[in-house]
Amino acid sequence: MAKIPVNIDGKSLEVESGKTILEVCKANDIEILTMCHLEGLGDIGACRLCLVEIEGINKLLPACTTKVAPNQVIKTKTEKLKKYQKITTELFFAERNHVCAVCVVNGNCELQDLGYKVGMTRVRFPYLFPKCEVDTSHPWYVMDHNRCILCTRCVRVCGEVEGSYNWGVMKRGVAARIISDFNTPWGESITCTSCSKCVNACPTGAIWPKAVVQGQFKKNPKMITELVEKRKMHL
Amino acid sequence: MDNQNKDTNTILISPVTRIEGHAKITIMLDLEGAVKDARFHVNEFRGFEKFCEGRLFTEMPTIAPRICGICPVSHSVASAKACEMIMGIKPTYTGNLLRRLIHIGQNVSSHALSFFHLSSPDFLLGWDSDPAARNILTVADKYPDLALRGIRLRKFGQEISERITGKKIHSMGIVPGGMGYPLTEVNRRALLAWIPEATETVKMGIELIKKYQDDHKEMVSSFANFPSLYLATVGPDGENELYDGKLRFIDENGKILEDQLDCAKYLDYIAERSVDWSYLKYPYYKPYGYEKGFYRVGPLARLNVASRMKTPKAQKEFLNFKSLGNGKPVHGTFYFHYTRLIETLGSIEEAEGILKDPKVTDEDIQTIGRANFYEGVGSSEAPRGTLFHHYVVDEGGRLTKVNLLIATGQNNPAMNRSVFEVAKQYVHGKDVKEGALNRVEAAIRCYDPCLSCSTHAIGIMPMVIEIKDHLGETINVIKRD
Repeated sequence: MAKIPVNIDGKSLEVESGKTILEVCKANDIEILTMCHLEGLGDIGACRLCLVEIEGINKLLPACTTKVAPNQVIKTKTEKLKKYQKITTELFFAERNHVCAVCVVNGNCELQDLGYKVGMTRVRFPYLFPKCEVDTSHPWYVMDHNRCILCTRCVRVCGEVEGSYNWGVMKRGVAARIISDFNTPWGESITCTSCSKCVNACPTGAIWPKAVVQGQFKKNPKMITELVEKRKMHL
Repeated sequence: MDNQNKDTNTILISPVTRIEGHAKITIMLDLEGAVKDARFHVNEFRGFEKFCEGRLFTEMPTIAPRICGICPVSHSVASAKACEMIMGIKPTYTGNLLRRLIHIGQNVSSHALSFFHLSSPDFLLGWDSDPAARNILTVADKYPDLALRGIRLRKFGQEISERITGKKIHSMGIVPGGMGYPLTEVNRRALLAWIPEATETVKMGIELIKKYQDDHKEMVSSFANFPSLYLATVGPDGENELYDGKLRFIDENGKILEDQLDCAKYLDYIAERSVDWSYLKYPYYKPYGYEKGFYRVGPLARLNVASRMKTPKAQKEFLNFKSLGNGKPVHGTFYFHYTRLIETLGSIEEAEGILKDPKVTDEDIQTIGRANFYEGVGSSEAPRGTLFHHYVVDEGGRLTKVNLLIATGQNNPAMNRSVFEVAKQYVHGKDVKEGALNRVEAAIRCYDPCLSCSTHAIGIMPMVIEIKDHLGETINVIKRD
């Protein structure tokens, strides 16, 4: 693949064309915050954490879905970006009911880690405290909408990797909800294979096995990445 | 103690000091200035029973202890047991051992707090001493060794939790099926090293309270001394038990009313009623009805109910305690302090035994299960008394009903009676001395109430708000039935 010159955070790089800014940054050890991105799944630019500034473009663009172009000058760590990352993180917490102290992934949570990374000490926006369902109808797993950040990693892993298309999204904005089949209880799904890929893809404590209790669960999202890589090898 | 004599016929103590939570006491006088009635109002409200509905039941051992920072382990234990009943599983031997140990740690810590931090200022500094200085800091100034030992005893209790789970309070280790964390050999040895000092401190406390009891026989024996029923957990042979056992009710003469009751049947024997002036409910022994069925729980109840202690040093003190009642229950509320220390001594002895158990550091600490039944009840002896957690779940394991019967709630009728008895003894007319009011408060402190725990309920709570003008005349009454 052809190499093109780009400049990221003042660093001049020769990178492969056709790659996303996120891929290029990862390959060059430039940290970009992400939440909806999971290596191996298609990117959708939903979480807005990976926004970058590109000279000549008057809006911020998500690094996960924006491809590098020749002579781009990209900034990933400006004060403006840091400010927005903190706001975005706070909005995740304000939108649903996240109570880390009693969560299964307390201490092993990507959202919790993100809060620490952006230096979140409080939430400046009013909590919405929505009434959310806890779907315990599946014999082995729980879907707790209180802890969902709508990253849709579960939706994509179920469709793209497992091929079941059990998970989907209904409604829009703050009313959006992850649904099983046509918004039926997860336990009644005719498409779910109980493979647990969504459990491991989920970055928070929204999807978890019933067998674990608070603070005991450590997810393994890398399992998804490895699985996708192994499949490529066999093709 | 403010708001005294606001109403010419009412004395208000608000807030009640050196207890866990917020409460007030109202003493109503008649025209001659004699105490007509006295009430202990709890003005906290929590609502755990309601907002836990809809959660998966296995989350309860972590959510429920947030009710209280003093007795979180008792909540976790009762909750885990209720979960285990829903799952139909039992904890592993080591899981049980560690839970028992961590429960002991909490009881030691709580009892140390109650005796040394909250109650000892009354004994050591005097009931009528300056209220601004009647606290643990002045005790530390005048009796530095005792105060330091008391603080360290509490530290020992909390360190048990910290060395097993990594946290002193609200530890995450107690789970359905056992424990989430094992005890390492290093930590086992470190905890064992505490035993001599902890034993010595409790013995000092026992000597202190016994001397006080000897020096103030009349006051101690008459202080809120009234007959009541008692409820506590006992082992298979009626021995004192804090962690796991069956329930025993005795009457005011010591006659066993019910024995070896499964906690799952608690509703067959205990009923509750609400009153319009407190968030705390009024439980009672069902067969005797509301009027005659009020009972007490906690250290005094546990030792009145038990046939013996499990460990030799505690047994020696237990026999001394029993001799005070000449074979009958000891009803004097002041003896809560003595029994609290006897129990602490027994707990430390038991902790030593557990720490010397070769299996205590095993890593086989948890059994795994899932919801197999729709209902579960668990109980434990919290520092303040018997605690019940009762859950009902749907097919997926989601909680549809949560009932928490807390020790302080069960002592509520007795606390009201104690306040009344002490007020009758020490309050005469509206011009009462602060020391007398302190004694009324102390009647409550004997029970070491945890009001944060006990005001968990939600639902229809009758409420009456009376609005009075400056002459004390009622000008408006707002009622919620």
